Amino acid sequence: MPVFSLKVNSSTREVNVDSGTSLLWVLREHLGLTGTKYSCGVGQCGSCTIHVEGSPMRACTLAVETVAKGQKITTIEGLSEKGDHPVQKAWAAHQVPQCGYCQSGQIMQAAALLEKNPKPGREEILQYMNGNLCRCGTYMRIYKAIESASKEL
Amino acid sequence: MKDQSTIDNSLSRRRFLKLSGGFTIGITVVGLVPQLTSCTEDGEDTRDLVAKELNAWVNIREDGQITIMSPASEMGQGSRTALPIILAEELDADWSKVQVETSPIDPEIYGSPGFGPNARKIMLNVGSRTVRGYFKSLRQAGAQTRYVLLHSVAKAWEVPIDELSTEPSMVVHEASGRKMPYGDVVAILDIPETISEISEEQMKKPEDFRLIWNESIGRVDVVEKSNGSAQFSMDIQVPDMVYGVIERGKVHGASPSLRNEAAMRAEDGLIDLVALDYGIGVVANSLEKALKLKEQLDIDWNTNVTAAKHSSQEALDSYATLTQHDETRELRSLGNVRQAMARAAKTYTADYKNDYVYHAQMEPLNAIAAVSEDQTSAEIWAGTQGPGFVAGAVADALGIEPEKVKFNLCFLGGGFGRRSMHDYIIEAALLSKAVKKPVKMIWTREDDLRYGMYRPMSFQRMQAGTDADGNIIAFSHSITGDGSNLLASGTANEFYDIPNQEVELNIVKNGIRLKHWRSVGHGPNKFAIEGFIDQIAADQGQDPLEVRRKLMANHPKALRTLEKAAEMANWGSPLAEGRARGIAFGERSGALCTGIAEISVNKDTGKIKVHHFWSAVDGGIMVQPDNAKAQMEGGILMGMSSVLSEQLTIESGEVRQSNFHDYNLLRMADIPETLEIALLPSDEAPQGMGEASTPIVAGAIANAFLALTGKALTHLPFTPERVKAVLDA
Repeated sequence: MPVFSLKVNSSTREVNVDSGTSLLWVLREHLGLTGTKYSCGVGQCGSCTIHVEGSPMRACTLAVETVAKGQKITTIEGLSEKGDHPVQKAWAAHQVPQCGYCQSGQIMQAAALLEKNPKPGREEILQYMNGNLCRCGTYMRIYKAIESASKEL
Repeated sequence: MKDQSTIDNSLSRRRFLKLSGGFTIGITVVGLVPQLTSCTEDGEDTRDLVAKELNAWVNIREDGQITIMSPASEMGQGSRTALPIILAEELDADWSKVQVETSPIDPEIYGSPGFGPNARKIMLNVGSRTVRGYFKSLRQAGAQTRYVLLHSVAKAWEVPIDELSTEPSMVVHEASGRKMPYGDVVAILDIPETISEISEEQMKKPEDFRLIWNESIGRVDVVEKSNGSAQFSMDIQVPDMVYGVIERGKVHGASPSLRNEAAMRAEDGLIDLVALDYGIGVVANSLEKALKLKEQLDIDWNTNVTAAKHSSQEALDSYATLTQHDETRELRSLGNVRQAMARAAKTYTADYKNDYVYHAQMEPLNAIAAVSEDQTSAEIWAGTQGPGFVAGAVADALGIEPEKVKFNLCFLGGGFGRRSMHDYIIEAALLSKAVKKPVKMIWTREDDLRYGMYRPMSFQRMQAGTDADGNIIAFSHSITGDGSNLLASGTANEFYDIPNQEVELNIVKNGIRLKHWRSVGHGPNKFAIEGFIDQIAADQGQDPLEVRRKLMANHPKALRTLEKAAEMANWGSPLAEGRARGIAFGERSGALCTGIAEISVNKDTGKIKVHHFWSAVDGGIMVQPDNAKAQMEGGILMGMSSVLSEQLTIESGEVRQSNFHDYNLLRMADIPETLEIALLPSDEAPQGMGEASTPIVAGAIANAFLALTGKALTHLPFTPERVKAVLDA
């Protein structure tokens, strides 16, 4: 099996897996970074959203070899040092999570949005977050939390 | 196990345990079976002490830190926070010094009252019963713990106990101005021989609550759910763990024969193949390998099962004219519907239908099981709504003693009723038993959807008669479908004074796996009831709000929710062109709830847009009001999802959808512009909040549509295609 070298959350990690293995399994089961969640496996729900070179991507649809060329991968564990990214603080202030399973992905997507545009309008927020499902129905609070994080930036 | 009816409430059986690092109290209160520990002195039997400490509800340390056990499964409903708040309120604890731990899985100590008068206590989080099930007993637990503190200080200061009061985590003697923090009491703790049960009158009055009804107290699990550290069972890794997946049939109940076993066994990375009645388990050394091998299975399915003959849309269409059912039950009969219909000035009939819906909890089912090599014991990690039943279920499956099963309860990535079954935990145990290693067994999303347990589809024939003034005098509700009691809830109409009512359930077996789904039968049944009432009102030229005011005139609590929602929505005020409002009422798990939707519809596409939703709810005392609002919001959005887009169809036993690209959940772009919740003030015991708002959504939207277009939507979900067909008809 080939060895892949991944730059994850500012450290370099080596994994020994088959080519074609999804980055999601590599992060979760091989590297123990379980904050990134498996839910649909086909890029339809956003639970596994991470940043690759700052852009939000679905880890489940990325083969490991495509992100092993020195690209900077950031997971929820590496979003902020102390869990105090403005989006994370807004999530606490608005009491967003219920079951919590989708929230890593929601936060990573929201953080990427605000990185791209710190002052997004309503439509832009709704469209940008449209690929991230939440079954508990926390969308109203997700929306408010993004708005308030935006004000802090 | 001790039967609750045999509880000896004599005071001498109350025991408290003093420990070096603090003290721990095993509470003996009504509804909580006594913990029979003796007062062992420090250090005499450490092993025993540790065990007893784990069996208590609350621990106070000398530094003032208070640990409260939470016995609830946390699936998003917030009980992990709400239950400790109840205890902390009566204890008068400083909430900033409270930390919450998951209680051991021991229903005798940590259970809530079971179903029925003499039922054993259970640890089962279903039917929005957790907060209401524990409310009385946890208040008592808090009050008795506080009493021990007061008693100890009264002795130390030699003052009468009734001269003492408390401030958060502080005993106060007002007469002398002395104060003692709870942590300091540990050193002078004097456990009374007996403690009376604290009466309701001696407890805090609602106006004195500091923690309950406090909007500013957040959930205890928000931080870990915002930084990726919250542990769901999906995230657990144990040493030597391998991975299991199971290929189940496309038809529920079909049994497999593996055609390529030899070739499969020759595959690199395969650890074992495990034959089950309904599937083939694949255990491999990595998850990616297990998933790959699962796809390589060549299985011959025996589909000689009931489900194979089932096609959902055909079946649903046939129910309208079906005369033979597997079973018919009368669910309710009040007055004489037939006679009332005969003398009615006008009669009405309308049919309603709903398709299957799927739980779609975001964390697919999974569990980790580690069966010991000698196969006499097992350790389990899983998220479940019924933690008290896991040991028994796993022990049964493995043929071992329940005491030999250690269960670790994890966060649930959604429950909604699906995780009240333990099928997936048993599967993990069987795979682990076969390979003699710890196994993480996961269902893929496709497995979870196709081999799911759905909210049943149903057909409902509604009939009613009105008198000369347009009042409904007869109301008949006939339900047809599979799922037995899953179809029955929400049909009683206790808050509508209609003198003659009947409800009938016709059961038709289809062989499809069915289960409770957030609010169970209330979703489809309230849709039919509320929709039908508006169809009658429209024909009679009556306002839907006025009709309900009349029906609820003798039910002030229900009426209050109606009036509040109408006020919030400014019912009756002019609306923009192309908009309309619809109203619906429902009761679920003791909570009373009215909802109003304001919608528009795109006449070209048939897509309904919900612009605003208002809801007023009376759910008794709100232990955690902000979280109660979150539950209401979530219930409305999940309701909208099921009403507007979720549709699971079956053809010749095969589920046609497979993942979120064709099973459509509500997404962010379709949320309302505003969603307002009013929690009505109440001093009464808490009711269930987790499902209160889901049942009102379909009726509110359908009734808004009727007001907007004059046409009735009668088949859930209201997909754009269906809505378009109704508009064009």
